[in-house]
Amino acid sequence: MSYIPNTPEDQQAMLETLDFSSFEDLLAPVPEDLRLRRPLNLPPALAELDLKRLMNGVAAKNKNLDTVISFLGAGTYDHAVPSVVPHLQRRSEFVTSYTPYQPEVSQGMLQAIYEFQTMVCQVSGLDIANASLYDGATALVEAVLLAVGPGGRGEVVISTGVDPQYRRVLHTYAHARGFSIKEVPARNGVTSSEDLDAAVSATTSAVVIQQPNFFGCIEDMRAIEPVAHKGKAVFIVNITEPASLGVLAPPAEYGADIAVGELMSFGNTMSYGGPALGFMAARSKYMRLMPGRLVGQTVEEGGNKQTGYVLTLQTREQHIRRERATSNICTNQALLAVGATIYLAALGKHGFRELGELCLQKAHYAFRQITALPGFKAKFSSSFFDEFVITAPVSTQRLQHHFEQAGIIGGYALSDSYPGMPNDMLFCVTETRTKEEIDYLVDVLKEVQA
Amino acid sequence: MANLNHPANLKYSKTDEWVRVDGDQATVGITDYAQDQLGDIVYLELPWDAGASVTHEEKFGDIESVKATSELISPISGEVVTVNEALKDQPELINDKPYEEGWMLVVKMTNPAELDSLMSADAYKAYLQGR
Amino acid sequence: MSVEKLIFEKGAPGRRAATLAAMDVPTASLESMIPEDMLRKEPAPLPEVSEIEVVRHYTHLSQRNFGVDTGFYPLGSCTMKYNPKLNEDMAVLPGFARIHPLQPDSTVQGAIQLFYELEQYLAEIAGMARVTLQPSAGAHGELTGLMLIKAYHESNGQGHRNLVLIPDNAHGTNPASATLADYKSVEIKTDPGTGGIDMDHLKAVLDSNAANVAAIMMTNPNTLGLFDRKVLEIATAVHEAGGQLYYDGANANAVLGITRPGDMGFDVVHFNLHKTCSTPHGGGGPGAGPIGVKEHLVPFLPGPLPAKGDNGYYWADQGSQSIGKVRANKGNFGVLVRAYTYIRTYGPDGLLHVAQSAILNANYLKHELASDYEIAYPLICQHEFVATAERQKEEYGVTALDIAKRILDFGMYAPTIYFPLIVHEALMIEPTETETRETLDYFVSVMRQIAEEARTNPEIVKTAPHTTPVGRLDQALAARQPNLRWTTGQEETH
Repeated sequence: MSYIPNTPEDQQAMLETLDFSSFEDLLAPVPEDLRLRRPLNLPPALAELDLKRLMNGVAAKNKNLDTVISFLGAGTYDHAVPSVVPHLQRRSEFVTSYTPYQPEVSQGMLQAIYEFQTMVCQVSGLDIANASLYDGATALVEAVLLAVGPGGRGEVVISTGVDPQYRRVLHTYAHARGFSIKEVPARNGVTSSEDLDAAVSATTSAVVIQQPNFFGCIEDMRAIEPVAHKGKAVFIVNITEPASLGVLAPPAEYGADIAVGELMSFGNTMSYGGPALGFMAARSKYMRLMPGRLVGQTVEEGGNKQTGYVLTLQTREQHIRRERATSNICTNQALLAVGATIYLAALGKHGFRELGELCLQKAHYAFRQITALPGFKAKFSSSFFDEFVITAPVSTQRLQHHFEQAGIIGGYALSDSYPGMPNDMLFCVTETRTKEEIDYLVDVLKEVQA
Repeated sequence: MANLNHPANLKYSKTDEWVRVDGDQATVGITDYAQDQLGDIVYLELPWDAGASVTHEEKFGDIESVKATSELISPISGEVVTVNEALKDQPELINDKPYEEGWMLVVKMTNPAELDSLMSADAYKAYLQGR
Repeated sequence: MSVEKLIFEKGAPGRRAATLAAMDVPTASLESMIPEDMLRKEPAPLPEVSEIEVVRHYTHLSQRNFGVDTGFYPLGSCTMKYNPKLNEDMAVLPGFARIHPLQPDSTVQGAIQLFYELEQYLAEIAGMARVTLQPSAGAHGELTGLMLIKAYHESNGQGHRNLVLIPDNAHGTNPASATLADYKSVEIKTDPGTGGIDMDHLKAVLDSNAANVAAIMMTNPNTLGLFDRKVLEIATAVHEAGGQLYYDGANANAVLGITRPGDMGFDVVHFNLHKTCSTPHGGGGPGAGPIGVKEHLVPFLPGPLPAKGDNGYYWADQGSQSIGKVRANKGNFGVLVRAYTYIRTYGPDGLLHVAQSAILNANYLKHELASDYEIAYPLICQHEFVATAERQKEEYGVTALDIAKRILDFGMYAPTIYFPLIVHEALMIEPTETETRETLDYFVSVMRQIAEEARTNPEIVKTAPHTTPVGRLDQALAARQPNLRWTTGQEETH
């Protein structure tokens, strides 16, 4: 199958206008000793129907969340996508367009991103937001790079309550760029302000706390903020479960300078974790330092001075700054940002609050039911949103075995990322779990004998 | 190049700044050529706070247009006496009147001999031809 | 076309679109579950609109947007080829779309299989040993590649190497990525005769900096659309100085099945799947920027990497030399599914034909436009070429920008303008292989008309576009008084 519309006859005629007789003449600039004189070793072409069969077969080898109940969160959250979202997001004028460098014919995308930027500010309470970054982990990296500043040197203090994958990514970038990281361990599932105080100095560039944190616990931001700000550090909050913003105080309210995180769960497919949707929101003083694209509202130069939207403050970006750039991002996650925009418009002011309440109540119901089972204990006494850690009477490997037998996907085994937690599992309950499904999980756990 | 204006009574640096000398004080800005190259100026970083100083051939600020950013390099050393606050809200004054309302700093010079390293208007015009 | 108000300017209090699941569990008070000072007091002030309002609003926005499905999109270096609908359908199969990244490996055998096979296809296409599918975009891949090179040098006691050589016609992400990897960029001049790297300048830079050269970053064909015939010589020179070669894959559409960066001597390659492998650009993303490496760099790759064992597919951790992870989870899987489907659609003969057709279409356009526009390098080009509006600017004051805006009036998108930086009034044109001859002929006729207008009626070009939803927008105002989000009480859309 091929999407090349010109026939061999068309192509021959075109070659002739160039005074060439075959493709070989066109390939003269490539030296013979570089020519691959064999076909690529790839499977032969497939017709559409055959390819569909093949792909359906591969997809069928995956257990998917439409058919299997899951209690997995741990940085990726299942929030139901209303049908209206993909129908609009997948309109091909959005999907097949390029970065809006010619704004006159890209007003649709530009306005949608302006709306996205606005909604990110509305849910976070902060002043400005960019048009998206690759994912939550790299958004965190970008915020740290902003805080550290040009030259790349500085120290970052980060709680181990921040998603372990995000911390691994930060370490990778730290090594490349030259900044250093100091980790502050969590106590009782949250960051202690005393430990933080000991770690933060007058020269710390950034302090990073996740809310809710990776254990699902709600950090005491009112106590943490003054410690984070005792020197010159930028206070960065990482948010991987944005539904929490429906019921929790937004970052602006407790003094965060920058909020970053992952918005993929708003209106987009989970797709094994990618493509994702990193976001960054900040106080207005960081405007000229923001990485990524920014859409601004303006008016036409002439005529009616109609309202219009453009990519603006582009002199921050790599195509102008080149080696003086503080970020290299070019392609981002625009289409997913459009998905999140439509999703938040569809939920609206009350729906967004309701989403938070549903996740909170269902998770707490599950928590009460599970901790009532003999042998199953709450690991932490801290408050939580829609995830909590349970210490089981058996190892998490044994638990996974029970879940497999029962045909469900359980929670996340913390031993995969943290030492000394062999029996601890992180359960997530979002609005997508029914009472029956939660009760089924409890029944499965009931069968687990130490 | 014909449409650009470089007044004869000023001195010019290789990095496209101009200086107007008045006793021991120097007013500094960027040339018509510079503003033309930059295009519509949108933002400036200048030493807005009182008591700042500048150093010959060192950066004293940044200037940003729609399509470019550039460093501002001081043609002389000294204490900053005044900064043109109007440029905060109206950076376009630099495009319209680079030598009048578009002035950036008034500096009390600490080493007037540095003026000898600057170019006359004719020398600057010749320098532009060669670029 | 009429103005479209913002979603925030629509709706009414109490309106909702989506309804959520029922609260089917016994509830407790919010205060009993969350400390009072961490409770949100006021709901986020999101819009209150009904479903029909949401649908009409975003439908209207899509109608004010131009995509490849709308018309010709000859953006040089972007490879705006047709995005197959089959790929879209495959990416949203629940078995691909509805899987969690932390599910046990045994429950996602199809996903790991896809990573495993796609890696092999890309390694074969590029002539590399292994490929990581983690990076999310080209620039992300560039930074990953530079981190790999850095780790390699460090492991050989060569960690002091701090220079990256970058041609003056390179994409801005190259020097930006170098800075983020804590490297200093050194610009290498282009030879005005060949359009390739100035070999004397390269040799001079290598001679005076041999001990400190970490890498050269380049693409071939380059951003002038020209194949640099000296690439093997360049590879030898850089390797002899102790540096590594990085291939920017943005122009890979010209080399599929014809030649391979691995065979040209490159050590690291990034792919732009949203260019070469037809995954849609989405108005600015998502993309995917996998990195391929030669054997000596494999230990440094980010992990985990897909593996196949007796019990099926699994994720194998990388060893202690790995640079770590460059993003959460395994990669832009949804994009990878599309690229995989694309490669399986074409097969080896098809991909070769893609490159041949892309090259043919570009040369055809270059030939047809040459009578009206200066062509920066009138040699056989690859998949793209650079024309210039120098003549139009000199004689009529009509610039590349003006011409680009005027093209929009004819139902097509403009080429890339003012890039590469080394060509004045550049118009970088890449038709891709998925355009018909008639479309190319139409583009030529429009460009001829605009050249004629520049002569006889320049005003119409200088004030273009005239037929688009908005005319030229005040960029200076946008940057001087940035309005980056709607606020209650701001002036209504008009």
